[in-house]
Amino acid sequence: MSDAFVSVAGVSKLFRPALSVGDRIAARLGASVETRPVQAVSDVSLAIRRGEMLGLVGESGCGKSTLGRLVAGILDPSAGRIEIDGAPVRAAGRKVTTRVQTVFQDPFSSLDPRMRIGEALTEGPLAHGLVDRRDATVFARDRLAAVGLDPDMVGRFPHQFSGGQRQRVAIARALAMRPDVLVCDEPVASLDVSIQAQIVNLLLGLRAGGDLTTLFISHDLGIVRHLCDRVAVMYLGRIVEIGPTRSVYEDPQHPYTRSLLAAVPRLEAGRAVFTPAVGQIPSPLDPPPGCAFHPRCPIARVPDPCRSERPLLRDAGGQEAACHFAG
Amino acid sequence: MTEPVLVVRDLATHFATRAGVAKAVDGVSFALDRGEVLGLVGESCSGKSVTGFSLLGLVDPPGRIVGGSVRLNGRELVGLPPRELRRVRGREIAMVFQDPATTLNPVLRIGEQMRLAVVAHERVSARAARARAADVLRRVGLPEPEARLDAYPHQFSGGMRQRVAIAVALLHGPAVIIADEPTTALDVSVQAGILAEMRSLVAESGTALVWISHDLAVVSALSDRLAVMYAGRIVEEGPTALVLTAPRHPYTAGLLASLPSQAEPGVPLRPIPGQAPSLLRIPEGCAFQPRCPRAVPATCRVAPEPTGGPLRRARCHFPLTLDPAEAA
Amino acid sequence: MTETPWGRFWAEYRESPLAVVALAVVVAIVTLALAAPWIAPQDPYDIANLSLADARRPPGFVGSEGYTHWLGTDAQGRDLLSAILYGLRISIEMGLAAGTFALAIGASLGLLAAYRGGWVAAIVMRVVDLQLSFPAILLALVLSALLGQGKAQLVTALVAAQYAYFARTAFGAASAERRKDYIEAAAATPLSGRRIVFRHLLPNTLPPLVVVATVQVANAIALEATLSFLGLGLPVTEPSLGMLIANGFQYMMSGRTWISVYPGIALIVLIVAINLVGDQVRDQFNPRLKR
Repeated sequence: MSDAFVSVAGVSKLFRPALSVGDRIAARLGASVETRPVQAVSDVSLAIRRGEMLGLVGESGCGKSTLGRLVAGILDPSAGRIEIDGAPVRAAGRKVTTRVQTVFQDPFSSLDPRMRIGEALTEGPLAHGLVDRRDATVFARDRLAAVGLDPDMVGRFPHQFSGGQRQRVAIARALAMRPDVLVCDEPVASLDVSIQAQIVNLLLGLRAGGDLTTLFISHDLGIVRHLCDRVAVMYLGRIVEIGPTRSVYEDPQHPYTRSLLAAVPRLEAGRAVFTPAVGQIPSPLDPPPGCAFHPRCPIARVPDPCRSERPLLRDAGGQEAACHFAG
Repeated sequence: MTEPVLVVRDLATHFATRAGVAKAVDGVSFALDRGEVLGLVGESCSGKSVTGFSLLGLVDPPGRIVGGSVRLNGRELVGLPPRELRRVRGREIAMVFQDPATTLNPVLRIGEQMRLAVVAHERVSARAARARAADVLRRVGLPEPEARLDAYPHQFSGGMRQRVAIAVALLHGPAVIIADEPTTALDVSVQAGILAEMRSLVAESGTALVWISHDLAVVSALSDRLAVMYAGRIVEEGPTALVLTAPRHPYTAGLLASLPSQAEPGVPLRPIPGQAPSLLRIPEGCAFQPRCPRAVPATCRVAPEPTGGPLRRARCHFPLTLDPAEAA
Repeated sequence: MTETPWGRFWAEYRESPLAVVALAVVVAIVTLALAAPWIAPQDPYDIANLSLADARRPPGFVGSEGYTHWLGTDAQGRDLLSAILYGLRISIEMGLAAGTFALAIGASLGLLAAYRGGWVAAIVMRVVDLQLSFPAILLALVLSALLGQGKAQLVTALVAAQYAYFARTAFGAASAERRKDYIEAAAATPLSGRRIVFRHLLPNTLPPLVVVATVQVANAIALEATLSFLGLGLPVTEPSLGMLIANGFQYMMSGRTWISVYPGIALIVLIVAINLVGDQVRDQFNPRLKR
């Protein structure tokens, strides 16, 4: 993909259970201590174009947050490469770029409770020489104003802000590093509906600016539809469908995407009948062979091909889907 | 017209805190018919959860029910001694919490917990209690209920645990179940399953349900009537479809306009300006006035009384729409 | 209304009358002890001042120097009030010194273990756990016996006996903080490890450490008194409260109880007052007790 600004190539992430000494001994003696690694992200490749906002959706445990942390350079991938504009995000176990910044889900825990907002906004830029110490106060005030907050609030502590205001501060802190890429991990999930809308509008404004490339992670399909140019659907650590938002929502090709969209309660639907997917999401410790969705899939044919062969992403409709029967 | 199972009048629950009195619930009234589902929606700090807890008398200090009445099948619950309240709770009125861990004891098998819940109110044999437990588990859509009775809570997924918690609430066939954000922590597909299950349960058992949620879409999928809370009061109440399609209170209208599903993708939403007031500092008069596009300061300085018919009420001096029938 | 966290803290603290009284007592005792050379009627270390004729006199006795011994005198004819004031001075000095060093060493170890995790945490915390399984008094006793008498030796023994509490507390608090998003946000910026530890982790770990520090200063004072009582801690030239109590002990049976009792009361009042302050601080930091 030539026009990839953010490129994720064959990335996997394994989490090995952190075993205490006691657990290790117990495992050696044959106790049922869980020692298998969890495959949170499996062989994911995707590209985000410059200025694009890509939505990443899926249910809890699907690996979307882990993928977000990998792109943000917070975690080291177990395999694969992540590059921004051709430069790696991490090297030798450390994050080596400031070009990607993160907005976290919970603004009540993502801001240091004992640090004044002004310092929270300037500590990163100061540490990386993006702003001169003499200009720090003016800089902090500007950053606050840019997200619609009163610049006079620079001297305040996080507890003096409401949830929506804190999330604005968290966004301002990420933007203060002048990133090219923003990873937003469920940035509106913990906010009230009316406040959510304010933050959504703020993000729409950023998108309209055109310079910022965004990975927007959310379980809220409605907000992703509203905000994102393209959307990727994850299931058990893999991307099962990716494509332009409109096309994925209006003509989903993967049966999982279809069941996910059908499960979203809708205002207009009134007392509509839901068609939830059967069964539960399998444990990522023990993913089903072949297509991971086949045990719950209404159209699966077992054993062949759905249990025997893992489907790869391929063109289907206006998007790509990893299903044997897509297209 | 039959008597409603639950009649709540002017319920008020206040919390005496260091910084002052927080009026979490301040004059809430509603009635609930047999088998009816009332959706109680509101944002954080609207008092919706405290309302739910107050109905069962589950308010811990520094909170206190300071006034009003809760009548369950004609019997007053406010002011009932704790002993008698415990006898009512679980048997005639039950609660489902957002976190099933609140209900389920992690060190007891599901079957044992449910047996204890049964014998807390009735003298039945262990075998009969187990049979009843298996029966309610089946009704909430748990596969292989007999086998599940011997499992511990941690052996269930989050959605399954919540189903078990709902089953515990159903054990005595209560007249009313209060469900406080029971699906908020769950994935949409799991939530969809529980919503579908709840709907058929309520329809077949005749249990009335108060479903507390911040999510208008979830509530609309389930409820017959909708009550919208703001700053400790119900600001609008009416049949779900009517409230959603023709809201009367500007706050309800603002909530609906904030939803991305109500707008074209990519178009800026129309959020309610400002933020919800702290319960310690609720504005005088109409609490929504400082954020309201329709407010006329002189008029709104006086708290509006609920207006409208018995089916549809709103607390607003300048309601948005009037039912044709009532306008006539 | 003050807007800093510490400002809010003080506003809340003031609401407990008992804690305010306790704090006032602590401040008063510390002030009196510091001012001892100027306010004490007698310099109890100056042997020239002592007269055996004045020895073991009961409270209220007017001595040969012409002033009243309000708390009586001890076996050497020392004015007890003066001896207590000077003794408090030494006790507080030892307590603060031990507390400060134990805090610095323990908190550094705990923070390091929490931030690094892995084998660093495993080794440091195992050593700490091992040490916590011994009674502190036992360790202090053995060390004082080995190191001999003297202020530096005593402080060393006290620090060795107490740093583990700080390390455990710092490790627990910092491990909890480390998992919070703001630390991840700082690492994701990226900020240097040193900045994360000192600008983010440390300030947020401080509240529980302050609680432990107050209690441990009181414990250090009690430990020091115990060691001195047993004749292990400080040399005779540095008469702390413990030594005063020990010296008076032999006269308890003969009815001259004041020699031991008044220093004992001073010690108890100081320790109880510090503990009350510590309790209030702990309650205020405990979110579960928040109203």
